[in-house]
Formats: sequence, C-alpha cells, structure tokens
Amino acid sequence: MTSIRTRLVLILIVTTGVVWLSAIAWIYLGARMQVERVLDARLSESARMVSSLLTRQDISARQEVDAGKAARAAEIAAMHLPYERQLSCQIWAINGGALVSRSEGAPAQPLTDSGVGFSVTQVNGETWRVYAVENRALGMRVLVGDNMRVRDQLIADVIRGLALPALLILPVLAGLIWLSVKKGLAPLNAMARSLEIRPASDLSPLPDRDSPSEIRPMIRSLNGLFARVEAARLHERDFTAFAAHELRTPIAGMKTQAQIALGHGDATVRDNALRQIVIGVDRTSRLVRQLTDLTSTESSAFGHDANGVDAGRTLQTLADDIRQHYPKAAAIAVDPGLFNVTLPVNGALFMLAARNLLENAVLHAPPDRPVACWLRSDPANPGIVIDDDGPGIPADELPKARDRFFRGRNRTAMGSGLGLAIADLALQRMAADLHLENRPGGGLRAELRFPTP
Amino acid sequence: MRVLVIEDDDVLMNGLQVGLGLAGFTVEAVATCADASAALRAATFDAVVLDLMLPDGSGLDVLTEARARQLAAPVLLLTARDSVPDRIAGLDAGADDYLGKPFDLDEVAARLRALIRRAAGRATATSQWRDITLDPAAMTVSRAGEAVRLSRREFAILHALIDRPGQVLSKSQLEERLYGWQEEIESNAIEVHVHKLRAKLGAGVIETVRGVGYRLMETAS
Repeated sequence: MTSIRTRLVLILIVTTGVVWLSAIAWIYLGARMQVERVLDARLSESARMVSSLLTRQDISARQEVDAGKAARAAEIAAMHLPYERQLSCQIWAINGGALVSRSEGAPAQPLTDSGVGFSVTQVNGETWRVYAVENRALGMRVLVGDNMRVRDQLIADVIRGLALPALLILPVLAGLIWLSVKKGLAPLNAMARSLEIRPASDLSPLPDRDSPSEIRPMIRSLNGLFARVEAARLHERDFTAFAAHELRTPIAGMKTQAQIALGHGDATVRDNALRQIVIGVDRTSRLVRQLTDLTSTESSAFGHDANGVDAGRTLQTLADDIRQHYPKAAAIAVDPGLFNVTLPVNGALFMLAARNLLENAVLHAPPDRPVACWLRSDPANPGIVIDDDGPGIPADELPKARDRFFRGRNRTAMGSGLGLAIADLALQRMAADLHLENRPGGGLRAELRFPTP
Repeated sequence: MRVLVIEDDDVLMNGLQVGLGLAGFTVEAVATCADASAALRAATFDAVVLDLMLPDGSGLDVLTEARARQLAAPVLLLTARDSVPDRIAGLDAGADDYLGKPFDLDEVAARLRALIRRAAGRATATSQWRDITLDPAAMTVSRAGEAVRLSRREFAILHALIDRPGQVLSKSQLEERLYGWQEEIESNAIEVHVHKLRAKLGAGVIETVRGVGYRLMETAS
C-alpha cells in the first residue's frame, strides 16, 4: 500500500469498527444482564403477589378468571404492549398436583415440576423462565413463567435500537475520518508540491519553520542533502574555474609573448619572447598531462597488480626521466636499499604518485641539493621517503596543500597545483597514505606510507 | 603612463611587462595579493591590470580593499573566469573593464589608454595643448601638423604634462611615471629629458616652477 492516506483511512476505519463492535457486544451483554435482573425481580414479585392475593382470600382459587386477571395486571405492570403474553401464571394444588387455575394463554402443563424459586424449563417447545412460590397454608403452588422468546426479543430490540443509528453513523464517520486524514496530511502534500515545482538547480533549503514536528526531521535531512549536493556542485564549479584559469592563463601568456615576438624587430626582445613561449608550452603540456592523470586516476579502475612493483627500479626510472625533462634542476638520489623491495601495489598508480612527488621535490629543491629518496624499513611503519631541501610548505598551507590547483606562496613557475592532489589520490587508490611534513632543517618530507600486510 | 600589473603566471607577467612597456607604459608587476596591496599603498598608478585568481587569494579582495582606501586609478580585470556573473561581480567590486584570457596584447594596451583617458576626464584619444597634438596609441607628437620625433622618456614627460595642463609635476612624480622600480635613475635624468624636449618643441612650452617641478606654460604668460 503506497498511499499513506489510504493506509490511515483503512486503519482508522477498521479500528473504529472494532471499537464499535466491542461496544455493541458489551452493551448487549450488559443490557441482557440488566433486563434479566429486572424481569426476574418482576417475576418473583408477581408470583408472590398472586400468592398473597390467594392468602387474603380476595380471590378464590377456583376463580380462574380472577387469578388470570391478577396475572394480567402484573403482566401489564411489568411490560409494554408489544411484549404481551410474556407472563403466564399457574396455580397448582400441592397435594394431588391438580391445576387449580391458570392465566389466559398459559400452557396446561406445569411450567415447572419441582422446587421453589427460579428455574428454566421447556414446555411445548417454548423456553420459560419460571418462579415458583408455595403457599403452604392453602396447599397451593403458584408458578409464574416468563417466556424467554419474548425476553430475547426485548433484548434484541434494545440492541437493534442502538445498532441501527450506529450503522447509519458509520459512513458519516468514515467520511469524517477521510477528511481529517486529508487535512492532517496537508503539510506533507504541501512539501511534496513545493519539491515538485522546484527546479533541479534550486538547492536552497526548504523552510522548516512552522512545519509539523513529524516532518521536520525529514525536512532537515533533505536540507542536509541539498547542502551536500550544493557543496559538491560548488567544488566542481571551483575545479572547472581553476582548470579554466590554469589552462587559459599560460595560453594568454604565450599569445602575448608571440605578439611581442611578431611585432618587435629587436632580436633580443624577440628571442626573449620566444624563450618565454617555450616555457609556457612546457608548463601547459605538463598541466594537460596532469589533468589527464587526475581524471584517469579518478575514474578508471586500476586493478590489483599481482606482480607488484620493484620500488627502487621504478623510482630510478622515474628519476632518469625527470632528469631528462629538467636537466638543470636538482638530481634525485635513489637509496640502494630500495632496490629489490617489491611493493604489492598497482604499478601505474605507484608511478603516478611517485612521479608527481619526485617532480615536486625536484622543482622546489635548489639545483645543487639532490633530492633523497629512501626506504623507511621500520616494520611497523614502512614507507618510502622523499626529502628535498626546498622551502617546504608554510604550516598554515599544509592542510590545503593537497587541494586541486592550490599552489601556495612557495610555488614554482612550472607548478600547476595538481601534483600533490594526484599523488594523494593515487595513494588513496592503493590504500596507502601520503604524509607531508616540513623537515626540521628546512625542506619538505613527503612519505608514501603503505598499509602493513 | 604607469601601470601596475598583478598576475601570478610568470610567462604572462613577463609578456605584459614587455608588451605594455613597448606600448609606452611604465609597468610594475607583482604576483600576489599581499604585494599588490603593498604596491598600491606605496605608489600611485595611472591604471591597474588585475588577475582574479592569485596564489594567496582573490584579486577581487585586493580591488575591494583598494577601492575602500579611495584608490582612484582605473582597474582592468584579466581573468579566465569571464562568464557574465563573473564579469558583473568584477565590475561591481570596482573594476572598470574586463578582458577574458587569452586576450590580445594590443587590445589590453588600447583599453588601458582608454581607461586612463576617461579617468583623466577626456573623451578624445589624442591630447591637445595649443598647437601640440599627442597621440598615446601611436606614441607620436606633432606641432602645427608637423611630426616631432621624441624618445620614449621625452614622450612620457610631455604626456604627463599634457594630461594635467596647468598642474605642477614634481621631479619625483615624473621619475615615478618614467621608471620602474628596478630601473636605475640618474639624478639629473629628468632635467636632461626636459632640456631635450625644449630643444625639440621650442621655448614657451614647458615652464620650470623653481623648487617645485614642471608644468605647461600658462596661456597668459
């Protein structure tokens, strides 16, 4: 059942119905008990009345009609017209068991055979509630019987009188329940409507003032979700803006330099401009490579490399390659202890992380101070350390250093602000950690920490 | 015309410095918000070229802060973020013009000249004083229709004086307009240039106000 309204209406109607039925059952039992008590009291009263009339000799035992009248009087006193012939009176002689007298409509057979007080008997297929009184002075037995069929009819009429209006009220009640549920669910509908008409780009929070306490948690978590989506969107927009800036700025630089070279006859100015263009092309191609690395690290699934990588060999290859690219920059000294150390990680990811960290170190280090690359063989905390003698990262910039396009104050001309971001992402994909700290003697220490198997 | 370029990309910064210098501007260049604020506080510029994304913050913050300090110089924004909302934000923050990267060097120079002209309250591209016409774009000067050949420095001094007719410019004000921070200034350089100008334009153009500086001759005298 998907509609809360249908659900609520059904639940309310079923429970109300059950309550109604229980109430009617209760009333039925209660009414029955009360009616029986009252009618029993009347029954015994009538029997005693007849007996006392006999005793006072006001009526002769043989005056059948009078006895009948007395019974009728009692009967009329007890009941209304529709329940006529409810009571039957018989007067029997105790000795000999002859019927002395009986009321009109009373059966000829004895209503009860023995005893005094209340009893229930079957006479001629009818059930009778009988009260017997013995008048020993006269030697007579007075039996007053109450027809159970009439009694049951009486109770049934009482119940019918109650249940009929109830049955008529039930549809009205159902309608009221439906209306109340509709009214009660109005805030939900209003929220659904406001969500429906909201454009996909609108991530402003829903107002949670004046909303019912039941939907406030939902509104709050929706608003939380909106905020997160908005943050992700802003992050993406920042990334795009940064990427545009980082790509268009060197292009603008190259265009400017090209225009200088084209428009100026002076050889020194022209050569200088052309040299600047070469620098710009280098920087831009590195940036493009890094952007490609970043997106491929982010999106593609690098499998687990079963063979693992030889840390020393990989690092040495990278060191030689970087040396070719930046012949004037600092050299990289790969510690012999790294050779024949096999890392159980994806080779491509490791190369990506190591290349960006090594390039970073080389670009920041003074050209005469080689970058040291060594193995921390602490078994509890194994890692590959890359130390440079550059300016390091100012302490306040360390938390932001891995942000994409963050370049900071100690930036280099070649830097794009992506190197550490790529290294961090690649290491994350290897379940490893990038740890950055400023060395006490100056320079940056970048450490690749691998999880202990 | 002295211009402050605030740009963190080395190649572009160098390009603007050289290119605008060739177009007749005296260019100072800084790469960070902090340096930009310091430079704007330390000296006066005829115009500012501002990149929005700087390593230590947004160029807009520099602009807002400088405008709050009553910086009057026109500001040209150069940025990769050239969507309409970005342009609006930049102009509302106090910029006077906006150019998206990559741009044309000549266009930057032309826009700077236009901004400086407008800031000086002039609508025409050339400056006129009596029969002397000065064209900042072509960097040419003519007197009574005849071209007068001036060096870059001489042109800059005449330009500064023509932009403020009647106003006395001190030697140091002229030096500031003529030379970048890194350039060595010989102690009598201004005197030498003024002397050469007088030789080329004749007497009765530049007047020396003793102990104060130079100005164009009052019409009455």
